[in-house]
Amino acid sequence: MKLAYWMYAGPAHIGTLRVASSFKNVHAIMHAPLGDDYFNVMRSMLERSRDFTPVTASIVDRHVLAKGSGEKVVENITRKDKEDCPDLILLTPTCTSSILQEDLQNFVNRASTESQCDVILADVNHYRVNEIQAADRTLEQIIRFYLEKAVKTNQLKLDKTMKPSANILGMFTLGFHNTHDCRELKKLLTDLGISVNLIVPEGGSVTVLKNLTQAWFNIVPYREVGLMSAIYLENEFNMPYVSTTPMGIINTANFIREICQIVKSLAVNLSKKDEIHTLPVLTTENFDFESYIDQQTRFISQAAWFSRSIDCQNLTGKKTVVFGDATHAASMTKILVREMGLKVSCAGTYCKHDADWFREQVAGYTDQILITDDHTQVGDMIARIEPAAIFGTQMERHVGKRLDIPCGVISAPVHIQNFPLGYRPFLGYEGTNQIADLVYNSFTLGMEDHLLEIFGGHDTKEVITKALSNESDLTWNITALQELNKIPGFVRGKVKRNTEKFARQNNINVITLEVMYAAKEAVAA
Amino acid sequence: MNLHSTENLIFECETGNYHTFCPISCVSWLYQKIEDSFFLVIGTKTCGYFLQNALGVMIFAEPRYAMAELEESDISAQLNDYKELKRLCLQIKQDRNPSVIVWIGTCTTEIIKMDLEGMAPRLEAEIGIPIIVARANGLDYAFTQGEDTVLAAMAQRCPSITSLLNKKQIANVLPNLMLSSLKHQKMARELSKSEHPSLVLFGSLPGTIVTQLNLELQSQGISVSGWLPSQSYNDLPILGENVYVCGINPFLSRTATTLMRRRKCKLISAPFPIGPDGTRAWVEKICSVFGVVPQGLEQREMKIWETLEDYLSLIRGKSIFFMGDNLLEISLARFLIRCGMIVYEIGIPYMDKRFQSAELELLKKTCQQMNVPLPRIVEKPDNYYQIQRIKELQPDITITGMAHANPLEARGITTKWSVEFTFAQIHGFSNSREILELITRPLRRNQNFDTLGLSKMVK
Repeated sequence: MKLAYWMYAGPAHIGTLRVASSFKNVHAIMHAPLGDDYFNVMRSMLERSRDFTPVTASIVDRHVLAKGSGEKVVENITRKDKEDCPDLILLTPTCTSSILQEDLQNFVNRASTESQCDVILADVNHYRVNEIQAADRTLEQIIRFYLEKAVKTNQLKLDKTMKPSANILGMFTLGFHNTHDCRELKKLLTDLGISVNLIVPEGGSVTVLKNLTQAWFNIVPYREVGLMSAIYLENEFNMPYVSTTPMGIINTANFIREICQIVKSLAVNLSKKDEIHTLPVLTTENFDFESYIDQQTRFISQAAWFSRSIDCQNLTGKKTVVFGDATHAASMTKILVREMGLKVSCAGTYCKHDADWFREQVAGYTDQILITDDHTQVGDMIARIEPAAIFGTQMERHVGKRLDIPCGVISAPVHIQNFPLGYRPFLGYEGTNQIADLVYNSFTLGMEDHLLEIFGGHDTKEVITKALSNESDLTWNITALQELNKIPGFVRGKVKRNTEKFARQNNINVITLEVMYAAKEAVAA
Repeated sequence: MNLHSTENLIFECETGNYHTFCPISCVSWLYQKIEDSFFLVIGTKTCGYFLQNALGVMIFAEPRYAMAELEESDISAQLNDYKELKRLCLQIKQDRNPSVIVWIGTCTTEIIKMDLEGMAPRLEAEIGIPIIVARANGLDYAFTQGEDTVLAAMAQRCPSITSLLNKKQIANVLPNLMLSSLKHQKMARELSKSEHPSLVLFGSLPGTIVTQLNLELQSQGISVSGWLPSQSYNDLPILGENVYVCGINPFLSRTATTLMRRRKCKLISAPFPIGPDGTRAWVEKICSVFGVVPQGLEQREMKIWETLEDYLSLIRGKSIFFMGDNLLEISLARFLIRCGMIVYEIGIPYMDKRFQSAELELLKKTCQQMNVPLPRIVEKPDNYYQIQRIKELQPDITITGMAHANPLEARGITTKWSVEFTFAQIHGFSNSREILELITRPLRRNQNFDTLGLSKMVK
């Protein structure tokens, strides 16, 4: 037993449901007690989904405990098959059903003989894997199921597309900024002359999974979900994959270089076999991807220029703490250190199963590495380090609130405000802009706060005049006015009010430079 | 589908495939109500995930609840449950020093048959903090019924008149309860002298509503001698044979049963004080039991109705559909029929016809007086069938859970999130406005959007 208040990754069935409900026309049936369908609420609320979440429960109650749930599960599957005519029904075990130890596979076999649709049992152990691992596993399971089925029925499309093409694996519902990232990736690939073959699972249908193998290669933007599928496709169908996350300027460039390498070598092989007659844009000599990277980096993305600008210079060496899933925390650490010159005092992840990869990625970029799923450890670490800003999950944002340290949210778990309506990718060149804003805004806020503190706190103190000037009976002499104008805009009003308040209290009519300093001292004291 | 009718009301029962909150959600309001308590939910990651997400921001405020998260070694009995729970409870005692620890049993503890009721008294004696066990699990209960299981368990801990008057038994009470026992003893002596039998109300309400309802009864000359639950565990009301009890929420049937059977209290079966009509009927029923002729109640109700007129004009003649998830449905429907609405269907997770008998009677009477057909009451509804019916009936408002609210809105069906009724202040005369504020909110919002022509947002 473990005393727990908060968890970074949810239970296994959530991962399975996220994958299932991302596909079109796939229905998940949870084998669960009443109230475990909270996933539907999250999808409807956080993602503001307009459609009914294709998840129902086959309720486990007292009767089920007494009689076994066989009939009920089969009945629920066949009923859903008739009602919604889905392509696939995924029976999802929960923590409750895994201790009941009923033969769910047997129910699935029975139900599939009675239904039109495919029926499979999600193969996840509730007590061994978490949400992320389960999602990865389920995605692989579904892909494997449909490719094996296609092989059996000779429907597998093994011929490659004429133009170079890619599958994007691992974009799915309730993912952190996934839809925006997906749009940005598509744009990037279009720029490179690569078409998108399939995006799996978000918005796709399981019936087209047999076309997966037509793509030249696979892209796994987030290593948490999709890597298992990519490895499976590489082993079985010899499809190469790119698992570099195109987050930040340097990684995006690396991502593009990897793609180019794959495409070029495949193009040579394919044209040798005479399968491809027209060489695609990318492989012809006139497309120079290095100059594309250079152009994008220096002029389309503003992030490189931002790093060079005075703004960012002021951030040099500032201490930060980074915490999140392995993908985002590692990428963010590298961006902060390599691209912005900040100091990451501690980088950490809650993806304990992927700790080795994480350590390897951030080695050399941070003083300390923290691998934990206990939020109190992260909180203590932050309190000890006292960074100027935190980049973490919603939990770290709240730790930041308590300790008065600004926080930028860079990873799930997230709240509704992390499902913005506006376009906010984290990947690709637009992503670099968004990240630069996020980082910069976190710090300015911290600075602003600090200045307010120096000049006497927030607006809770008594207000003398609501308007900033004009109505005042006090006059400022020229030098004092000049001095006032030197003060940054966002605290100028505050300083002015404090000075005038001081002047009134001391019966001073003309504010001079000396009065200003005296006022400042009086406030500080 | 089972058809079953009591008198003229028709009750149906569907498949039970509906969406509701897990009953463990009751910790979110009970830990705030009982200020010196600590709630320990003994369950899995699934329970924790639900609480974490359902309670949203509360989770960051160092709440007085936690999960005892069961791991594989607990399930396979490699670890000793008793030792594990002792370790966690000692940690809680050290960190928070609560007056009571409430163990919430979940589906998992049921299935692996963890003997919480057996372990609690032993551990209680060992660590010196009362431990109450409530089995608020999704196998047996829905949403608000969680509170019912906790209060039923707590009813057993209320001091009794006879034992308090018998001084010899005081020694058996835990040492840290001594102070409050003395206080209780004094109260018990006063009660036993008093001419009127004492009245204890049960159901968890925010402090301000408690005061309002107390005053409402006081103005009729009836003083409330205690509430279950009380603001602090040490102030639990005194129960016994001459104590009358009355519920303020429709989902408290187990608590009522426990109070009657185990504590020998007399239950006053009344409609619930929701809406001015319900509040008046509730006060009247209590008055009649105590042989008091209510004063000025009718005028008071009329006055409240007058103040509601601006809202009533918005909903009069409009239709409403309750999908059912929190057991407040019958009372709310009865109030809204009185407001002039037409109720198509009352979905409800569980219908205790005995505990709700007075409420059902008032519903029937209201329908007759307002000259509207009796609504169908659907127990254990099936959300899929309900949505087909909603599409057919096109009600003006649908009261539903969050899982269906946005998808229905996108299809041009106006909804109100049902959970808000559980957390809003809806009891008593003066809070009737609050109910209508909630009900009319989507209608008022839609008035502003009428000209946009954007009612359907799906292809």
